[in-house]
Amino acid sequence: MSEDGRIPVFVERKTYRRRRMADAARMLPMLGAMLFCLPLLWAIDEEPRTALTMFYLFLVWVGLCVVSAVISAHLPTEADNSQTEDQTEGP
Amino acid sequence: MNKKVLLIEDEPNIIEAVSFILMRDGWEVKTHSNGHDAMDAVRRREADIVILDVMLPGRSGFDILKDIRSDPALGDTPVLMLTARGQDKDREMAERVGANRFMTKPFSNADVLDAVRALVAEHE
Amino acid sequence: MASLNALAIVCVLYVVVLFSVAFAADRAALHGRGAWLRSPIVYTLSLSIYCTAWTFYGAVGFAVRSGLEYVTIYLGPTLIMIGWWWTLRKMVRVGRSQRITSIADLISSRYGKSNTLAVFVTLLAVIGTTPYIALQLQSVTLSFQIFAENDLLQRQTVSQQSIAFWVAGGLAVFTILFGTRNLDANERHHGVVMAIALEAVVKLFALLAVGVFVVWGLSGGIGETLARIDASPIKNFEVSGSRWVGLTMLSAAAFICLPRMFQVMVVENEDESHLRTAAWAFPAYLMAMSLFVVPIAAVGLEKLPSASNPDLFVLTLPLQEGQDGLAILSFLGGFSSATSMVIVAAIALSTMVSNHIVMPIWLWMSGGTAMVSGDVRNVALLARRISIAGIVFLGYLYFRVSGGGAALAAIGLISFVGVAQFLPALMGGLFWRGANRVGALAGLVTGAAIWLYSLFLPSFGDTFLMPQHVIEHGPLGIDWLRPQALFGTEGLDPIVHAFMWSVFLNTLVFLVVSLLSFPRPVERLQGAQFVNVFQHSGTAGTWSGGLAQSEDLLIMSQRIMGPAEAQALFSEAAKRQGIAGLLPEPTPDFLQELERVLSGSVGAATAHAMISQIVGGATVSVEDLMAVADETAQIMEYSSRLEAKTEEQARTARQLREANDKLTQLSVQKDAFLSQISHELRTPMTSIRAFSEIMRDTEGLTEDEQNKYSSIIHDEAVRLTRLLDDLLDLSVLENAQVLLNWQSGTLEEVLDRAVSAAGGSDPDFQIDRLPQREHFELRSDLDRLAQVFINLISNARKYCDAKDPVLKIRAKRSDDRLIIDFIDNGSGIPMDKQTLIFEKFSRIGETKAGGAGLGLAICREVMARLSGAITYLPGQKGAAFRVTVPIDSPSVKAAG
Repeated sequence: MSEDGRIPVFVERKTYRRRRMADAARMLPMLGAMLFCLPLLWAIDEEPRTALTMFYLFLVWVGLCVVSAVISAHLPTEADNSQTEDQTEGP
Repeated sequence: MNKKVLLIEDEPNIIEAVSFILMRDGWEVKTHSNGHDAMDAVRRREADIVILDVMLPGRSGFDILKDIRSDPALGDTPVLMLTARGQDKDREMAERVGANRFMTKPFSNADVLDAVRALVAEHE
Repeated sequence: MASLNALAIVCVLYVVVLFSVAFAADRAALHGRGAWLRSPIVYTLSLSIYCTAWTFYGAVGFAVRSGLEYVTIYLGPTLIMIGWWWTLRKMVRVGRSQRITSIADLISSRYGKSNTLAVFVTLLAVIGTTPYIALQLQSVTLSFQIFAENDLLQRQTVSQQSIAFWVAGGLAVFTILFGTRNLDANERHHGVVMAIALEAVVKLFALLAVGVFVVWGLSGGIGETLARIDASPIKNFEVSGSRWVGLTMLSAAAFICLPRMFQVMVVENEDESHLRTAAWAFPAYLMAMSLFVVPIAAVGLEKLPSASNPDLFVLTLPLQEGQDGLAILSFLGGFSSATSMVIVAAIALSTMVSNHIVMPIWLWMSGGTAMVSGDVRNVALLARRISIAGIVFLGYLYFRVSGGGAALAAIGLISFVGVAQFLPALMGGLFWRGANRVGALAGLVTGAAIWLYSLFLPSFGDTFLMPQHVIEHGPLGIDWLRPQALFGTEGLDPIVHAFMWSVFLNTLVFLVVSLLSFPRPVERLQGAQFVNVFQHSGTAGTWSGGLAQSEDLLIMSQRIMGPAEAQALFSEAAKRQGIAGLLPEPTPDFLQELERVLSGSVGAATAHAMISQIVGGATVSVEDLMAVADETAQIMEYSSRLEAKTEEQARTARQLREANDKLTQLSVQKDAFLSQISHELRTPMTSIRAFSEIMRDTEGLTEDEQNKYSSIIHDEAVRLTRLLDDLLDLSVLENAQVLLNWQSGTLEEVLDRAVSAAGGSDPDFQIDRLPQREHFELRSDLDRLAQVFINLISNARKYCDAKDPVLKIRAKRSDDRLIIDFIDNGSGIPMDKQTLIFEKFSRIGETKAGGAGLGLAICREVMARLSGAITYLPGQKGAAFRVTVPIDSPSVKAAG
């Protein structure tokens, strides 16, 4: 009985997490756009080195790929009710 | 002169059997084996008696009988009907359209012969 | 120096490999093999057609001219891709659930299946893409010339035009071969996708190889390379904010709107979940593609003569250093980029042109009788093939006319701005229910006009359409209408200027007109389905059926989809509705499904028009209903519910009436059967009795007569027995007491046996078979199966009323079943009799052809015992029966 009582709570939390993952997926491109535009602000006083900017851009780029991979793997699936798969995992 | 019988029937074996019996008894037998132009045969042969099957290819025996009865020249020719279906409603139907006698297959040869003789005698 | 011949050989070999890969992938897909064809990695790689020759070669040129700014072309798509949850997910879902074939189809479908919009989008796409195709041809030609210049022996032998011509011709052939193999967009182009995935790998590998060579081979390491960058003219990050932001937004918009991107991203998508992988893998691909661009640019600037074309550094740098192999690899990379773009763009555009321009014209010219008279499938395929050739040729023509000059090099971004005009209508359609057709059309026209005026026409320089004085001083000297400084916005980059104004005014007009005008009912329904696609990937009814004739629909669908697919679709639907046979009820659901499937072949607007022609005015009734319902939400709710209810009742009543009719008919038939049986039994008995009496009573019969009469008695007795056997057989079969004798054999043998038992093929009754297509092994009760075939063949022999009767027997395999069709050329069986022929007391016609009407009933029982089926196949010319039998029946059944 106690186990039965625990599972719904767990499921809810998991679903909650998935919803927040969807939020994160929506915010990621905005974050990316902001980071990609940052070098424009450096250029106000004096123009920064191409090499340095290049390093910065590619680092952001790789970072976005990694974060996108992590988020995409945890996004809700088709029907958004993954109860069976949740039950197989432990708390 | 021999009396003339017109047999309208589509099963070759039955034609053969009935012709055999009647010819042995001294009748002149003409046969016809489909429904379409059965009326032409009836008019042409001027038979003394017509033996008519109910289920004929092309046209039902009842329809042919109706035509015979409505034709003034043939109107009272005696007609013996044969059927393999043997249901009461067929018999009623036959009487309604004016068959003189109605027989169900299989029949006994003697009965056919008796019926033909009796009908022709009645008519005369 | 690399010889031109070696290059030509490598090039031909590479093309051969591409053809083989495409061919193998198509074959694998056809045979259901190769799950790897549908892997997310292949999907991601196919997206790389974004990187054309313009990016492969041009990125370095871009970097030489403006430093790091070139990355904006990749940053836009990266942002869209990592934000797939916003837009791409929805686009793919809508594309799949509505069977969208192109971006024009999506927009037309969203706005009430309007063909005007589709035509407009198609034209704009063609105008925007043709120069881009020319650009690809130019890049291949230029790279060839680089080799030719280096090969002293061959210098004079190749002309620029002939290379472009041969490349264009080859591409057209490849695209027609693999792009129009099948019609339905749902049957995807596996071969093409596989080939462009391979090309994606080649171009990435080539660019990385050149990059590695430049950094570690020429410069001597990362540190050295950075020093060289610092020493180069592009050492500083000097970009204008407006261009940086503007170009990023432009490339993001183009990534969504480019017809070719839509093709690979939405139409060729196998599975929505592939987006999950592409969400990080594609940005990573783009990153890898742009990683070495600045180093190559910096080193190229340093090492190559100042007059050399920076757009070809990727090629000239290895050549200069004597790295012929690397140069050839680099050439193949550029070649791959160019060809894959042209192939997919040609497929995407040809689908649009044929579905939205050629097919409607053809339908209109054939007077709406298309579904009855012509073969739409062939016309559509032909239209698509001609369109492909036409589009590639148009690209070639543009290349010749423009002379392949510098104007062409700038066309990439100009083309981007052109297709970006789809963005407001597209996004509005997906996210805003208030968006409507008039608004979309007005926005598109505005945006396209501004694009033409402020960017496309001025890009040719001083021409008749756009003379220099207009560019400098505005039309009629009106200063604030100068094409490149509209409303006084001076000092902006022309691209950003045109992009900003065109998309801004496009959106503004789109929004305002949408707000002011009123959508048609169909638009509102479609709008709800598009915007709320995740709530109900199902449907809201558009069709009210009942009037539609299922058989007409089947005939039409067969012409478009091909007979096998259409019959499968119809029988599947019938099965879902719980109806035996091939013809489902024309319920709104079914009509909508059918429309969607057809739109996969001929586009939404055409499919809608074709079904309307058959269903006849049904849309009008929905529109009328909607128009009334528009008054208030409640009325709409109420009346649509009412409508559904009355429809439901009408349908139930119809089904009840049909059931009742069938019962009455059965009872009548049962009476008829009893008297039939009586007749069949009494007739032989009459002969037996008459002749046996003759033999008994008549004296003096000759021996001949005796022999004759006794053999008549014998024959009639046999006839009686046969009839009784049939009756018993049927009753045993019906009670499932039959013992089956399971054997293995081929279908051909069984058919041979049946044909000869049923009297064979002769001039009076021809049997048309394809024995080479009958080599199917099967395990079943072959005697029983032969019994069924014999019955069907002798029925055709007896009842086919054609002057020269021909019975066509065709077999094919479908999964684990064999399907054998028996189709004669007679007048067939009327609709009202089709449901009864398998009932056991039925006979068709009044002919006394022998049987008692038990043959087909026995066939049906036999097939049921063999776990197969026999059905009447409507929609053929003559009487047609379809026998379905499992290839290997479960052995458990053998015991039963």
